[in-house]
Amino acid sequence: MTCLPGHTQKKLGLAIDLDTCVGCHACVTACKGWNDQGYGAPLSDQDAYGAQPSGTFLNRVHSYQVQPDEGFAQIINFPRSCLHCEDAPCVTVCPTGASYKREEDGIVLVNESDCIGCGLCAWACPYGAREMDADAGVMKKCTLCVDRIYNENLPEEDREPACVRTCPTGARHFGDFADPDSKVSQLAAKRGFDLMPDMGTRPVNKYLAPRPKDKRSEASLLAPLLDIEAKGFAGWLDRVLGKI
Amino acid sequence: MHPAPSVIIFSVLSGLGFGFMVFLALGFLPVAGGAAFWIWGVGYALAVGGLIAATAHLGNPQRALKAFSQWRSSWLSREGWAAVLALFVMAPIALGDWLGFGVPFVWRGLAAALALVTVFCTAMIYAQIKAVPRWHHWLTPVMFMTFSLAGGALLALQAVLAFVLLLGLAVVMLVLFYVGDRQFARAGQSMETATGLGRIGKVAVFEQPHTGENYLLREMIFVVGRKHGQKLRMIAVLCAAVLPALMAAVGGAGLLLAAVFVHLVGAFAARWLFFAQAEHVVGLYYGKR
Repeated sequence: MTCLPGHTQKKLGLAIDLDTCVGCHACVTACKGWNDQGYGAPLSDQDAYGAQPSGTFLNRVHSYQVQPDEGFAQIINFPRSCLHCEDAPCVTVCPTGASYKREEDGIVLVNESDCIGCGLCAWACPYGAREMDADAGVMKKCTLCVDRIYNENLPEEDREPACVRTCPTGARHFGDFADPDSKVSQLAAKRGFDLMPDMGTRPVNKYLAPRPKDKRSEASLLAPLLDIEAKGFAGWLDRVLGKI
Repeated sequence: MHPAPSVIIFSVLSGLGFGFMVFLALGFLPVAGGAAFWIWGVGYALAVGGLIAATAHLGNPQRALKAFSQWRSSWLSREGWAAVLALFVMAPIALGDWLGFGVPFVWRGLAAALALVTVFCTAMIYAQIKAVPRWHHWLTPVMFMTFSLAGGALLALQAVLAFVLLLGLAVVMLVLFYVGDRQFARAGQSMETATGLGRIGKVAVFEQPHTGENYLLREMIFVVGRKHGQKLRMIAVLCAAVLPALMAAVGGAGLLLAAVFVHLVGAFAARWLFFAQAEHVVGLYYGKR
């Protein structure tokens, strides 16, 4: 049923630290790798080795240059994927009931055997989180690796989304935002923010704001060396050259 | 937004078909006997043909029947129900006109109302989408319904009504162009709000996330052909509304039928622009609109 649950017991999601992300795209690759081989239709590629390659991805890493009013510009790497919104507009527009938000943990999923591939959910999402697979004709989106996080066949440390597990800098954190004591809730409380809050989607995923850069000292690093008086031969040379 | 031909054909033809059937159901064009069969056939062909065209853009059309299940939340599902109900409720009226038995006026009114509800639901599929600010306006359903009724009146040879409705259509189109051009700014979304990085400063794209094409760029960040936007707008308003209105003012069945074709040219141009000029906020992530 594509009506949204009034309340979810858990709010599983990601906290993505824009301060720590180095833009290596390892999460993109890990996501594509995992979601190619288990849950639902594989993420297909078209013309993969040709002139115009194109493919389905559930996670994309943008890089932005941000220019503050004063000082130098900053480069910020920005992973973009499904935010598992509490008021997910992609769910309510679905005519077949293929799109749904789980009452137990808040994950937004697509039941591919019900999806007719009309694309309306992708239109409804302000964040571009959904991509229609050109091969299977069904809508693909982040599943929060629902086939990993509850999977008792995996060692416990692997029971988190592939992107989180693979991130080499620890920029991605997975947890329950409904629990105020969880790691992700604590992180979000300090630096978390929502993307396009005015769209009224109430995203579960939070982005952690980059910390302020250290201020560059105005004094030269060579300052202690600049006052040295030249002595001996160098001093004589200094005086002679100064007089010419 | 990508102007998919199937969706343009669907919304234009179905809109015209349902508009035509409103006038047929209410008895504006008295038809009887064999002629009634063919005239109602035109209405059904337009409405049903459009609906079939719409299934062409589906990834898995074999499951299209499942789209009837979510009428509680989905305008697309409601549209499916409204269309099927309208076509069923129209059937006894069409048969009555053909075989010569009467249908109560309440039933005729219900059929006309259902046809209009269908067009309203079609429009709401677009108008509900907040992420496309140009569409997210109450004038969008007004525009769809005016198109439907104006085209329907022409096809039903109602010169006076068509003249008035076509002038109304011209006004609605022009106002919607004006309002629509300002909708994205009104929505207040920018690269700064999309990324949340406005707290630091002005945001610009440093590097795109991928060098190739993807679904988002093809489907929602369609920028081809905006160059001729202004000319196409003039063609749309002239052909869809102004010229047919003048032809309706002159009158005569032949001229009214010719006006339908002129109107259709304008309607296709207008509907193409409706998609091609609509900008999705996801473009902001790519520094495009």
